[in-house]
Amino acid sequence: MINNIDINKPLFKNLQRLCLIKNGTIIDPYKEKEYSSDILIKNGKIEKISKKINEPDADIIDAEGKYISPGFFDMHVHLRDPGNEQSENLITGTNAAMSGGFTGIAAMPNTDPCVDNIFVYESIQKRAERLLVEVYQIPAATKNRDGKVIVEMTELAGMGARAFTDDGSGIQSSETMRGAVTYSSMFNIPILVHAEDDTFGKGVMNESFTSTELGMTGIPNICESSMVARDIEITRYVKGKVHFQHISTKESVELIKNAKKEGLKITAEATPHHFSLTDKEVETFSTDYKMNPPLRTSADVNAVIEGLKDGTIDAIASDHAPHSTEKKNVEFDYAPFGVLGLETLFSASVTYLVRKNKIDMMELLKKIVVNPRKILAVEPNMLEKGQVADLVIFDNKKRWKVKRNELLSLSRNTCFNDQYHYGKVFCTINKNRIYQR
Amino acid sequence: MERIENKQILKTKHLLGIKGLCREDMELILKTSGSFKEVLQTPNKKVAALKGVTIVNMFFENSTRTKISFEMAEKRLSADVVNFSASSSSLKKGETLIDTARNIEAMKIDMVVMRHSTPGAHKMLMDNLDSIIINAGDGAHEHPTQAILDLMSIVEKIPDLNGKRVTLIGDIIHSRVAISNIHALKLMGAKVQVCGPSTLMPRGIENIGVDVIYDLEEAIENSDVMNILRIQLERHVGPSFPSLREYHNYWGITNEKLARAKNDILILHPGPMNRGVEIDDDVADGDHQVILEQVLNGVASRMAILYLLSANIGGIK
Repeated sequence: MINNIDINKPLFKNLQRLCLIKNGTIIDPYKEKEYSSDILIKNGKIEKISKKINEPDADIIDAEGKYISPGFFDMHVHLRDPGNEQSENLITGTNAAMSGGFTGIAAMPNTDPCVDNIFVYESIQKRAERLLVEVYQIPAATKNRDGKVIVEMTELAGMGARAFTDDGSGIQSSETMRGAVTYSSMFNIPILVHAEDDTFGKGVMNESFTSTELGMTGIPNICESSMVARDIEITRYVKGKVHFQHISTKESVELIKNAKKEGLKITAEATPHHFSLTDKEVETFSTDYKMNPPLRTSADVNAVIEGLKDGTIDAIASDHAPHSTEKKNVEFDYAPFGVLGLETLFSASVTYLVRKNKIDMMELLKKIVVNPRKILAVEPNMLEKGQVADLVIFDNKKRWKVKRNELLSLSRNTCFNDQYHYGKVFCTINKNRIYQR
Repeated sequence: MERIENKQILKTKHLLGIKGLCREDMELILKTSGSFKEVLQTPNKKVAALKGVTIVNMFFENSTRTKISFEMAEKRLSADVVNFSASSSSLKKGETLIDTARNIEAMKIDMVVMRHSTPGAHKMLMDNLDSIIINAGDGAHEHPTQAILDLMSIVEKIPDLNGKRVTLIGDIIHSRVAISNIHALKLMGAKVQVCGPSTLMPRGIENIGVDVIYDLEEAIENSDVMNILRIQLERHVGPSFPSLREYHNYWGITNEKLARAKNDILILHPGPMNRGVEIDDDVADGDHQVILEQVLNGVASRMAILYLLSANIGGIK
């Protein structure tokens, strides 16, 4: 037990042979349709979707006043397993994921040992079997994530790897980056890019007037955007495929927008904290606001929102980065970068995007259901007869207060503590497994 | 206490920075500093104001003059003083700042003076301790007592700062002295400008309400006061700083350049000085400077700050 959480106990249950979801409204981002309907699930598959279903033998889930959507997918998660299980592990991380409505997540490889070979890759995939949440382990792009030698991509891709990334740090050498993008293009697999130029020095927050006033070392916007620019050039040159992670600056949004217009194989994601909070939060000196890329200015927040609106940014991902309280509760300079996200991604998106009329619910679902799966070539989880039951039931009007001690993650480092959010997941189902609050 | 009548109370309970300090507090501190300066000029030099009060000086970064100045001020007030520095600390053994501070506080102390390399470390201390916290410098964030002693040294010569122009010269980007000084000077109505090479100017500094100029000669001509910041020799030469030679030629203060200045220009330097880099001998020992007066004022103003804040001992949280 850590933080009163049983670190070995998955919180899902098995679904009865027959399960009937009644009175809900289906919202389907694949077909862009919204309609009221009941859903009958039999042995983990969708047996029937119809206006009124009566099935006396079935367990009933009442979805009155709630939406039913295909399960969410978070393409950017740190599970800390193996190596840092005091912060999170496969069980607690996927518990957090399913309570956030996710039926699939992509796990980043900056573990200890690093996931840079088939043995570590296979052992994680094996341990992640038989969970409600499907875990797609993303291997590193270079061995030890040191940016020098690319990993054995052919073998890893053959075993099902959906992408490669050195996330946590940027690939500094342009030649290595070119190698990685060129090599992975043989399998039409993207490199997930953590765009950061280390040679700008070691900042702890956004470089801005706020960092000046706080006397903190800054991380300038160009630290990200110059690498985005470089990698767009590389992608064009080698005809490769890249996906930009956690885009935080207006300059990056602009560069990606233009690259997409050109028709390059480029996609991008943004995190909820980068479209909801600014670097002013750091004035509290709370390490809950220390993340990389850092919180930027309101001009950047607005640009990220614009990017989400116009489609420049395809996906919303959490960059869920658990760190134990012991590690976070130190001087700002010494605290590790990163904040939790799995349990607040949906509600933060509803609160800061949908309710503020930036994007509608259908568009939001495309960015957390359809697009991330498409980018990683994961089978679409359509709500159709005969398909596996892979869905989430949520109440988009439910108002709740984020409390760090009530989260299922093993760590407590949320940047939304004590905020009121709208949108709460009620139930998550994948195959014959169900998580219900 | 004999010399200081009508003990007045500060609105602030701790001194973490100049930002947020109100003008009444600043005026009270300056007034009290003046009284303590008189004490320091008597043969006895000592008062019993903080008898029985225990103060810990926690220095997690090297410091000579600030540490001595605080210790001197505490002893002149008859406080019990404990010194603690990072080299002799348990932090190297992995103990956290909070645990270290709580351990020391468990021995029954009243006030903590801390220098730390991380901006905001003092807020963390304040949130976790009952003691009164005084910031003796946190990274490049604030150094409030330096700003107060600088301000004291200026208003001794120029009692009304309204509309007067004060220039901070040199390394603004790495300087906690600069930020605290800017807040303090603006609080008292001065116009503030910063001058130095563009690479030593932090981003958005103009938004704090200062003018930024690169040309030293222009700055010299329009200034009533110049506060010359130290160039950190060990830190600078590199991608954004060509040489000390070039710095001295264009931004070093020499008597020759001062020929353009107003007759009564006031020169300050928070020390330690790099003679021949940011300031020449002729200026450092010349008629316009108040550099050693600043040192004495440092002790007097720290006495005032400790004394005024001690009114809150046992009464906060």
